[in-house]
Amino acid sequence: MRAAPGKNHFELFGLPVAFDIDAGDLASRYRELQRRVHPDKFANASDQERRLSLQMTAQVNEAFQTLKDPARRGRYLLSLRGVDIDAETDTAMDPAFLMEQMEWREGLEELRQADNPRKRLVELANRLEQGMQDKIARFRQAIAGDGPEATARARNIAREMQFLEKLRREIDDLEEELL
Amino acid sequence: MALFQISEPGQAPAPHERRYAVGIDLGTTNSLVACVRSGVAETLPDAKGRHLLPSVVRYLAQGEPVVGHEAQAVAHEDPLNTIASVKRLMGRGVEDVRKLGKSLPYEFSRGDSAMPRLRTAAGERSPVEISADILKTLKQRATETLGTEINDAVITVPAYFDDAQRQATKDAARLAGLSVLRLLNEPTAAAIAYGLDKNPQGVYAVYDLGGGTFDISLLRLNRGVFEVMATGGDSALGGDDMDHAIAEWIMREAGIQDDAGHKQMRRLLRDARAAKEALTGVERTPLRIDLGGGKVWQGELTRDRMNSLIDPLIDRSLAPCKRVLRDAGIRTGEVDGVVLVGGATRIPRVRAKVSQFFGREPLADIDPDKVVAIGAALQADVLIGNKRDEEMLLLDVIPLSLGLEIMGGMVEKVIPRNTTIPVAKSQDFTTYKDGQTALLVHVLQGERELVSDCRSLARFELRGIPPMTAGAARIRVTFQIDADGLLSVSAREQTTGIESSVTVKPSYGLTDNEIEQMLRESIAHAREDDAARKLREEQVEADRLLEAVRGALNADGALLSADERASIESGLNELQAARGGDDAASIKRAVKKLDQATQTFAQRRMDENIRKALAGHKLDEFGASRGKSPS
Repeated sequence: MRAAPGKNHFELFGLPVAFDIDAGDLASRYRELQRRVHPDKFANASDQERRLSLQMTAQVNEAFQTLKDPARRGRYLLSLRGVDIDAETDTAMDPAFLMEQMEWREGLEELRQADNPRKRLVELANRLEQGMQDKIARFRQAIAGDGPEATARARNIAREMQFLEKLRREIDDLEEELL
Repeated sequence: MALFQISEPGQAPAPHERRYAVGIDLGTTNSLVACVRSGVAETLPDAKGRHLLPSVVRYLAQGEPVVGHEAQAVAHEDPLNTIASVKRLMGRGVEDVRKLGKSLPYEFSRGDSAMPRLRTAAGERSPVEISADILKTLKQRATETLGTEINDAVITVPAYFDDAQRQATKDAARLAGLSVLRLLNEPTAAAIAYGLDKNPQGVYAVYDLGGGTFDISLLRLNRGVFEVMATGGDSALGGDDMDHAIAEWIMREAGIQDDAGHKQMRRLLRDARAAKEALTGVERTPLRIDLGGGKVWQGELTRDRMNSLIDPLIDRSLAPCKRVLRDAGIRTGEVDGVVLVGGATRIPRVRAKVSQFFGREPLADIDPDKVVAIGAALQADVLIGNKRDEEMLLLDVIPLSLGLEIMGGMVEKVIPRNTTIPVAKSQDFTTYKDGQTALLVHVLQGERELVSDCRSLARFELRGIPPMTAGAARIRVTFQIDADGLLSVSAREQTTGIESSVTVKPSYGLTDNEIEQMLRESIAHAREDDAARKLREEQVEADRLLEAVRGALNADGALLSADERASIESGLNELQAARGGDDAASIKRAVKKLDQATQTFAQRRMDENIRKALAGHKLDEFGASRGKSPS
């Protein structure tokens, strides 16, 4: 069902397979691609081309969504190295991170009971964003190496980022609830 | 002496070579059709010069249905056969209709299909068929006005329409003999009419107060990409409520009893409406009410008085405005422009309050009744290929998340709302019992976690999974959503390759067979031959393909080797020959053959497109983007 078989997301965008991406450049490549492949450009074309255009646009959209978000991009890079971060859930997590997780969770729980939850929510969201940036910086370092050890380290950080993403969604949901 | 006309190179072809495609606003209260002629988008009037077509259809025991003003005029005499506001029923199931309850004065029958059917003098009619009758009237109008058969249209839908409602709209178009170039969100259409897509970026509010419904949408534009950030409204608020408020005031002033007869009430509402419209231009208007029995009451309505009567209603519209701003997470000051849609936004008080609320003058120089149809016509003109606008790009997002039912009556989201479409996504699922050989795929749309709180779109079964232990099977379910927001789903068991796929013909939709049946019936009704219709359909398809492939050869023939080109040209000749005959089946075969022959060509053209898209960008060497700040 792939319209550009054999091309990974980076190649589709004409980019090197690397963690660092310039957001503005990525967005501009995305728009140029959309202008050429979007089904609206093929409203009069043959069924063959319209099908292809639909698949291609979906692939371009998927690639863009993956590449523009650092945590998703990181997971995708690992998957290109053959690492599925969801595969073995039994791998021990860093005890320090487990502690950190508990603190985040407690923070979220306390917040529900707090007098001024909305203000606390903003503070928590900001702290979370900071935590995410730290992880991104550590991930960048880890993924730059290419030995199995470096990859394993990157994988662990990617799993931590995944946890923070989940927390971020919960904070968003809570924000909606509090409105 | 006649002079030859020479068009500037690269300009639009001469008028007689232009292809026409129309924009249609299929509204709850009124519908319109618009078209770009000589570079100007305008709505098309009927023979009597009326642009609005009331969305009212009356079915008679014999003959064609009556659509529009004539149907509306007799609605109160023949309420069961005269269907108004059918848009509210589009894509709805029998259960939904029951919830809408007594507000619908029609008789429903329950057939095999989950789609409600209305009993009329002409037999049972589904909402899709009734909408198709409105579309046929508009298609006919366009065909007569433009002097050429109109087959292609952009049709607008509310931004919040779910998959079932969009699919129902597309089915109605198909029944009416229209090919849908694109289903376009109404607020996006209004923004296009104002040329807002030409701006690089901004946040726009589209305030749409119609006869019976109010919609508010916030759109974010970023270099041609329109994203619906949030949408809300009140499905029971509109200009009609203002007429009621004014009529009640007249009754109090004139001493008319609450139990005024049906006829008198209608007259009062008509007078109230006339007064409301008059007060758009003047400060005061005289009233003269016939009380029956030769008695007449005379009075006056001032604009101030009217404002005090309608203020509570306008204020009601501001509550959803606040809500969507909050949903989108922006302040009023961040809104770059406000677009007014719907007849009730002509009222000066509405404009003043909207302007005050958003802190800026709304855009209002396009007739608010016509603005959506005009935007749709502009987009239709681009899509049919009259305008080579490389910059124009309209991407929509899905308004509601799509997901699948998993254990415990929970929904697993596969595509979250506000995802840019088209999109394809896969998710793997597994069996939960040892030896399980079938899997029920239940597709849902909505934001809630429980199946019972979401809207069921479709169910289908993947059978023939080889017996395995629980959790061993890998079933990959793939959702694909096209540019119209329509969904198709397929499922595949990864270890065996067993596959099952459906275009989501939703729980409340029509099956392809039902549509085919309806087409046959409606053609029989028009005393046309079924075979003639099939032939005509194949010919239209053949013409489209011939033109498309010739155009592609002209543009990109260089991508082909001599042999490849020869094989495509032989396919072209074969189809051209079949097209000249009257055998639908052989045209169909030739179409298929040519389509096959162009497979490689299509892929190369697509690759070439991608190459051109990235041509302006340096193909980065590894490391070229190092050191820049990551997103």
